[in-house]
Amino acid sequence: MNTSISIEVRGLHKTLGSQQVLRGVDLSVNPGETMVIIGRSGGGKSVLLKHLIGLMRPTSGEILIEGQNIAGLGERQLGAIRKKVGILFQNGALFDSMNVGRNVAFPLLESGARNAGVIRKKVSEALGVVDLDGQQEKMPVNLSGGMRKRVALARAIISEPSCILYDEPTAGLDPIVSDSINRLIRRLQRRLGVTSIVVTHDMNSVFHIADRVAYLLDGRIYFLGSVEDLRQSADPRVRDFVEGRSGEAE
Amino acid sequence: MIRSTGRIFLTLCLYLGELAFLFLETTGAILRGRIRWRLFWQQVNEIGSRSQMVVMVTGGFTGAVFAAQTFFQFHLLGMDSAVGPVVAISMCRELGPVLTGLMVAGRVGAAMSAEIGTMKVTEQIDALRALAVHPVDYLVVPRAMAIFVSMPLLVGESIGFGIFTSYIVGVKLMGIQGTYFISNMIQFADLADVSIGLIKGFVFGILIVLISCHQGLHAREGAVGVGRATTDAVVICSLTILVVNFVLTMGLNIIFPA
Ligand SMILES: Nc1ncnc2c1ncn2[C@@H]1O[C@H](COP(=O)(O)OP(=O)(O)OP(=O)(O)O)[C@@H](O)[C@H]1O
Ligand SMILES: [Mg+2]
Repeated sequence: MNTSISIEVRGLHKTLGSQQVLRGVDLSVNPGETMVIIGRSGGGKSVLLKHLIGLMRPTSGEILIEGQNIAGLGERQLGAIRKKVGILFQNGALFDSMNVGRNVAFPLLESGARNAGVIRKKVSEALGVVDLDGQQEKMPVNLSGGMRKRVALARAIISEPSCILYDEPTAGLDPIVSDSINRLIRRLQRRLGVTSIVVTHDMNSVFHIADRVAYLLDGRIYFLGSVEDLRQSADPRVRDFVEGRSGEAE
Repeated sequence: MIRSTGRIFLTLCLYLGELAFLFLETTGAILRGRIRWRLFWQQVNEIGSRSQMVVMVTGGFTGAVFAAQTFFQFHLLGMDSAVGPVVAISMCRELGPVLTGLMVAGRVGAAMSAEIGTMKVTEQIDALRALAVHPVDYLVVPRAMAIFVSMPLLVGESIGFGIFTSYIVGVKLMGIQGTYFISNMIQFADLADVSIGLIKGFVFGILIVLISCHQGLHAREGAVGVGRATTDAVVICSLTILVVNFVLTMGLNIIFPA
């Protein structure tokens, strides 16, 4: 299942309303790599992620998943790609008409799993990973923000996609859970070779999980390099972000 | 002036195009068997079973007042026994389907657009899409099928109750002779009238589901957007039902001449 997949973005432009959110993003993520995307709030990181599974359509540019350009695919044709790519939405986007257990089981049920015992076991495993096993019966509205995000993470990983897009996986979580999620991201990458793209503001998390870091600024990738490159960058705008932001994470 | 008329016309064409597209997408999905039976039954319960109270009261009281009013007028002419067929035919051909359509639009259409609209603005629709589930398959198909099944039954129910209460009012309250009331009704109202009612109900059902789901799927900008989508759904459904009803009345009259 987990044959890693590559992602490449070429000249991606996106205009939303009158705002040019993305102005020519070029980014290539190797199979099995963890790419962290940092950037100012409102800078278009979530918009970029949504393009990678065809939830938004580029104004211009190409998005290649395993070499296939998905920018021109129809909604139904995107299904095959979407089965391989999981996404954790920034706000979780849990189905509020279903309890936690059903939310997490949803991808399995939709891909045709029928054995109730197996499903229950997998759900409990996936929830265990985010430290929420036993909360299956709760409804999403009755969860705290951080719990919702963790349930959403369990839902994103349960079908073992070969690529996972995380939109701020640790935002709003306590340091202990954040750490365990950072470890989870690394573990999925190391053990299963999952290609990961992680959007985050949390510099701590950047240093923990990133193979490479991309800094999205003014709608383009302003900086791209390893964690070491990021640490040693002398570029003032990069420094501002690295230091300024880490100051805010207290 | 010409320009704004043109713009309205274009918007209307675009809107109809979107509805037609949704219709094709939905029927396509049904034909290809992308049906989630569990959701279908849930919707039958939601749309069909829970609308019964509303539909019975509407049908029943409409039949009752209609019988009373016709009696007041016909009594002056000494045509008491014509009340039965008049009520039956009007209930079958017009009042039953139209009133049921309007009530279901208010109850079910509003719920559909609010529910789907909320899912839209909270990114749940995007979450469905990201999990390779087509929103039309998951949300519209079960609702459409449930309404296809429920609407004719609800219309039938409202007609039935209308006729039943008209009998009570006409015969028990106004003193029309029961046998005349019924035999005249059977003589003048026939299967064609019932068919017209059920066909209309079916068409209104399709309109309600398409318009409401479309409003929901295109909801924008938070709670206000969902609110607007919901009101728009009810208003557009109601007006469309009234307009389409006229067209159907004329059209069906050719197929089932009076
Ligand atoms: N559906 C939309 N319609 C119009 N504008 C949008 C839409 N989605 C996002 N935007 C705009 O695009 C810009 C980028 O938004 P995005 O959500 O990608 O930011 P972000 O980098 O993820 O920020 P944060 O770190 O706060 O999550 C914002 O200015 C936002 O207002
Ligand atoms: Mg974001």
